[in-house]
Amino acid sequence: MSRQRPLSPHLQIYKPQLTSILSILHRGTGVVLSMGSIILVVWIIALTLGKDTYLLYSTVINHWFSHLVLLGFTFGLFYHLSNGIRHLFWDAGYGYDLKHAYISGGVVVFCSLFLTVLTWLIIYLKVI
Amino acid sequence: MNNSINDNLIKVEDLKTLKTHGVGHWKLQRISAIAMVPLVVWFTSSLMLILMGGYEQSIEWLQSPFNATGLILLFGTLYFHAALGLQVVIEDYVHHEGLKIVSLILIKLIAFVLGVLSILCVLKIYL
Repeated sequence: MSRQRPLSPHLQIYKPQLTSILSILHRGTGVVLSMGSIILVVWIIALTLGKDTYLLYSTVINHWFSHLVLLGFTFGLFYHLSNGIRHLFWDAGYGYDLKHAYISGGVVVFCSLFLTVLTWLIIYLKVI
Repeated sequence: MNNSINDNLIKVEDLKTLKTHGVGHWKLQRISAIAMVPLVVWFTSSLMLILMGGYEQSIEWLQSPFNATGLILLFGTLYFHAALGLQVVIEDYVHHEGLKIVSLILIKLIAFVLGVLSILCVLKIYL
C-alpha cells in the first residue's frame, strides 16, 4: 500500500541564505565523510597486510594531492562536528530564533576553519 | 463518510509507526553523534598524524590498549552513525520505491561489513 508522504524540500526553489547553505553543507559533509571513512579502512588493512603494502599506501597518502584531500576531509569533519553540536542545542530547544540561528551559524563556520588550521599546523610542525 | 473515517484510521496507524520507529532512529542518531564528539577530537589530533606516519610508528601506536579501544569505538560508532545518516538522505531523495529499498539494504550491509572488517584488523594488530 503506497500513501502520499510529505516530500523533502525541493532545494532549487530556495534563495540561498547562510542558514540554508549550512544546512545543506551538514548533509553534504556527512555523505562525503562517510565515503572518506574508506581511507581509514584502507589504512588499517594496509597495516594488517604488512610493511610492503603499507609502504605503497604511505607513498600514496603522502602525495601533496592526498594531503589536500585530507585537508578537505578535516574541514568537513570539523564542520560536521561543530554543526552537529549546533543541532544538538536545537534538539534541546535552544537557539531556534533567526538571530541566534545566524550567530551560531557564524560560530560554527569560524570554529571549523580555526580547528582545521590548528590541526594542520600541528601536523606539519610534527611530521615535516 | 465511510472513506474519511478510514483515512483518519490510517493517519493514527502512521502516528503509531512514527512513535515506535521514528523516535528510536532519532534518538540513536543523537546518541551516536554525542558519542562521536570525544572520539572525533581524539581522532583528529592523534590519528591524522598516524595516518600519514610510518609503518613501525602505526604498529606501535596500535599496541596501546587505549588507542586500540578508541579506534574500535570510533569504527563502531562511525559506521553506525553513517548508516543512520545515509538512510535519511536516501529516504528523502530516492523516490523510486524499489531503488530506495535496495539502496537502504546495501548501505546497511556495506556499513556493517566495513565496521566488522576494520575492527577485526585493529584486533589482529593489537593482539
